[in-house]
Amino acid sequence: MFGAGGDSHEPHAKLRNGAATAAWPPGCPTTESTRASRGLEQFLLSLREMSTTAVLDLGPINQENTDQVSNLGHRIYFSDILRPLDSIWDDPDVSEHRKIEEILDQTLNYPESCIGGAMVWDTFQHLPAPLLEAVVERLYYLLNPGGLILAFFHADEKARSVPNYSYRILDAKNMVLTPRQLRPREQFFNNRALERMFQNYGAVKFFLTRDHLREVIVKR
Amino acid sequence: MWSRRKEEEYSPKQSYNPPSQADMKEGNTMSNMPSRMETESYRPSSAASIGKSVMIKGQIISREDLYLDGELEGTVELNEHRLTIGPNGRVQANVKAREIVIIGTIHGNVEATEKLEIRKEAKLVGDIRTARIVIEDGAYFKGSIDIIKQDVGKQEKSQPRQQANAAAAASSTSTPVAEVKR
Repeated sequence: MFGAGGDSHEPHAKLRNGAATAAWPPGCPTTESTRASRGLEQFLLSLREMSTTAVLDLGPINQENTDQVSNLGHRIYFSDILRPLDSIWDDPDVSEHRKIEEILDQTLNYPESCIGGAMVWDTFQHLPAPLLEAVVERLYYLLNPGGLILAFFHADEKARSVPNYSYRILDAKNMVLTPRQLRPREQFFNNRALERMFQNYGAVKFFLTRDHLREVIVKR
Repeated sequence: MWSRRKEEEYSPKQSYNPPSQADMKEGNTMSNMPSRMETESYRPSSAASIGKSVMIKGQIISREDLYLDGELEGTVELNEHRLTIGPNGRVQANVKAREIVIIGTIHGNVEATEKLEIRKEAKLVGDIRTARIVIEDGAYFKGSIDIIKQDVGKQEKSQPRQQANAAAAASSTSTPVAEVKR
């Protein structure tokens, strides 16, 4: 069903700067796997109840998410935020401020309050702190009031590098995780850190999980 | 499922040009030569063709299928026909056709009244409007996808929404463990 493509199904342990390699953290699937998600279920239920809106996916484009969101009557936007991060962030000749502007311009350049839901998956934990702050602020601008963010964070506090997956919505409760790359984790987020990060938003919901992923829904 | 259709639509050309001396000088090995055949196989046999060394600035309006493997800046309209952007195709244009297959690169908005295929090698930056879409893993896309629904679809849509509401009411066990409200 899910054919092989650019996202390798064999995870590799190359970090973003390409210099180091690290071990794949225990408990994280190294091959394509299906996973139930309460956060996703809640997110999709909320989307069903929204009138026609746009849904932003910060992962790479895929057929499944396009179909699922379109079948709910919504438009879907794709902006793979880690791609410009890799090409822009490590450039020593460009100022940090300029890099942030460039990445926001390439990935989150949409009109104000045009988005009803944002599926950021596990990307936030791979963004450097100043960029993450700017992204959270930009999403606040893009989301309409009541709009939702679905985000995942790896729960293992000790892991310095964590896998980045491609997430595909299989049905109303399940998703398929395809390993993309092992990447450095810029920050560890416990519940308190997450609340602080989304302090301007209306509400943050945490979902209990038994595996490596912490699921969060944030309401604008 | 759609590999069968792929074979029907893009049957490889029977003729194969052997590698030129230039190819051999560039260090191409025999193992990567078949990629030329693969490139050719994207090309529908009956379509008009714009080769990879051609650059066009302006408007293309076609009343037959078109295979575009060169560079284009402008607009493309093939209202009743199929447009294929080949692997070497680099298009900076708004594109409209009945059916569109993208293997190369497009910067611009794309409207396919029937079907759009984005192949794994494709790179597309722009907004999509289409009735049906097929996406291969590995493609790069930045923009929006708007699926054009027919009017009948609206009635069908209301039913799943009612079912979803019922399911939401029933799934009271899936409440979050914590909620912070401000």
